[in-house]
Amino acid sequence: MIPLNYFLVLSIILFALGAIAFFVKRDLITQFMAIEIMFNAANLAFLAFAKSAGSLDGQIIVFFVITVAAAEAAVGLAIILLIFRQKKTIKSEDIKLMKG
Amino acid sequence: MAHFLFFLLAIICIASVLGMIISKDQAYTALFLIVAFVCMGGLFGLLEAPFIAAVQIIIYAGAIMILFIFVVMMINLRKGVGPEKKKWTMYFAVVIAAVLVVELVLTLKGTLEPISSAALESLGSPTDLGRLLFTKYLYPFEITSILIIAALVGAIVLVKKRDKE
Amino acid sequence: MSEWIIILIKIICALVWFLVIALYLTWVERKESAVIQDRIGANRANIWKFRAIGLFQPFADAIKMIFKEDFTPKFSRKFLHNLAPFISFFFVAVTISAIPFGDVLRIGGREIKLQVVDFNVSLLFVMAMLSLGIFGIILAGWSSNNRYTLLGGMRGAAQLISYEVALGLSLIGLILVYPSLKLSAIVHYQGEMLWGWLPKWGVFLQPLGLLIFFFAALAETKRVPFDLPEGENEIVGFFTEYSGLKWGLFMFTDFMEVLIVACLLTTLFFGGWQVPWLYADGFHFPWGGEWLLPHGIVVAFQVLAFNLKVFFFCWLQILIRWTYPRFRYDQVMDLGWKLLVPLSLVNIAGTAILLSLIG
Repeated sequence: MIPLNYFLVLSIILFALGAIAFFVKRDLITQFMAIEIMFNAANLAFLAFAKSAGSLDGQIIVFFVITVAAAEAAVGLAIILLIFRQKKTIKSEDIKLMKG
Repeated sequence: MAHFLFFLLAIICIASVLGMIISKDQAYTALFLIVAFVCMGGLFGLLEAPFIAAVQIIIYAGAIMILFIFVVMMINLRKGVGPEKKKWTMYFAVVIAAVLVVELVLTLKGTLEPISSAALESLGSPTDLGRLLFTKYLYPFEITSILIIAALVGAIVLVKKRDKE
Repeated sequence: MSEWIIILIKIICALVWFLVIALYLTWVERKESAVIQDRIGANRANIWKFRAIGLFQPFADAIKMIFKEDFTPKFSRKFLHNLAPFISFFFVAVTISAIPFGDVLRIGGREIKLQVVDFNVSLLFVMAMLSLGIFGIILAGWSSNNRYTLLGGMRGAAQLISYEVALGLSLIGLILVYPSLKLSAIVHYQGEMLWGWLPKWGVFLQPLGLLIFFFAALAETKRVPFDLPEGENEIVGFFTEYSGLKWGLFMFTDFMEVLIVACLLTTLFFGGWQVPWLYADGFHFPWGGEWLLPHGIVVAFQVLAFNLKVFFFCWLQILIRWTYPRFRYDQVMDLGWKLLVPLSLVNIAGTAILLSLIG
């Protein structure tokens, strides 16, 4: 039996690494990937809690997270592709349309 | 056995995320992420969630990552965008991550001790999961399906080349 | 300890079965295409003038493939280029571990399942491994750094991902009928009888599901009616830059996919190792006859039945491959998204309604 704390610690480490990756990397695709890592770290924590509580609700939430992540990836990548077509760059700091 | 598997998967997972941060080539970044997701699938399996583990590998590693690689292939940057010359973002990121870790540990500290591992044996059987999904979580489920349809249409509309302009 | 040895033996047996049959599928393909095209086919490979209707041909091919120069182009991404065929091969080879070859074999008070690992969600496991196998194609196409291979890789990715949707949806009807994701349990359910005489095979309960699954699975093997990623006469395909053993791995993976699709068709829709009216103690015919058999013979019958069904579907797939011309790319996509996906949704709805009416 693995103590559930191990899973939670792993989840924290992965979440932090995802955050670091988001700030260090500067192209949109990799930043997007970093967000996916953070999602996954949260999923791991949800599943650990679901197991400790002995209820399935945590797993259901993970299921929803994965589905929404799929939808989000489709739209997000479409937007990135569109940005690349119009601006020929995917560096996140080159995209400042919203700057007044 | 389970301990060994856990540490193996955890180490591979963390190492591949680190590799993803370090590597400059976007191809390797995506590949490291796939390895991390597959390891995650294994960890989910260790948490008695076989269905979620399979979904994780099919959808995350199988579908979402293929979308990512597809876009990377289309954009086809030989080298990814290099790291910033100014180092302060790097330090800033590490500081933020450290703050995040401390915060999460403080939040979870209360819950860490009382957790017992006395769980049900048949936790996570797909039948129970499906039953719960269609009774208690029926509305979220239906809303998610609408969301996916919207995303599908949205993605097509966004990327489709317009004939006129 | 002895459990580990049993698992090891099972793994070795399953892999040897898988690889040897896949190897001989190349021979079957040559012979079958020869018959279709009114030729004799490969029959020259011999050992001391002993030809055995070309049965040594696969070994000759393998030896040739191993000793050919293995050329890696300078402009490719070396590591990924070398990795891709192995990814492709590995994820297909793993799937055999979930296929049940027979029921339980009892030897010396031990019950051995004739299946390498009886996963809780083995159906999803197979799907997951097949979906990971796509990376082999994409990486091969991309790492070769050649426009044509890139085209092949992208076509492959798009085609396989599209047909995976239809493949998954076609199985939902099946899961509604046999309420389990365990392949062994699905086969057990198919041993029951409908009206006392008709076996409850998937082909009788899910005919539409079978058709959709079969088309989608044919597309997943990416052989001729659906060989867009390869496209011999237009883009040469994702493995243009490969030679020698690595190219051989790609080709071999194709045959392994044919075999695994045949295994899945058998397991899901044609009763797996079930023989009609054969129970654990022998045949009980619906017209009242009985033919009791010892345990060993029953297991042998089951394994034999599984093998025969698998061979039939391999033959059928090779027949289709040598009979039909190729689709155009837009036709492939139309077939997948505009026909198979809506049909599978209809199948799910119809199955659900029928099941709720029956009770």
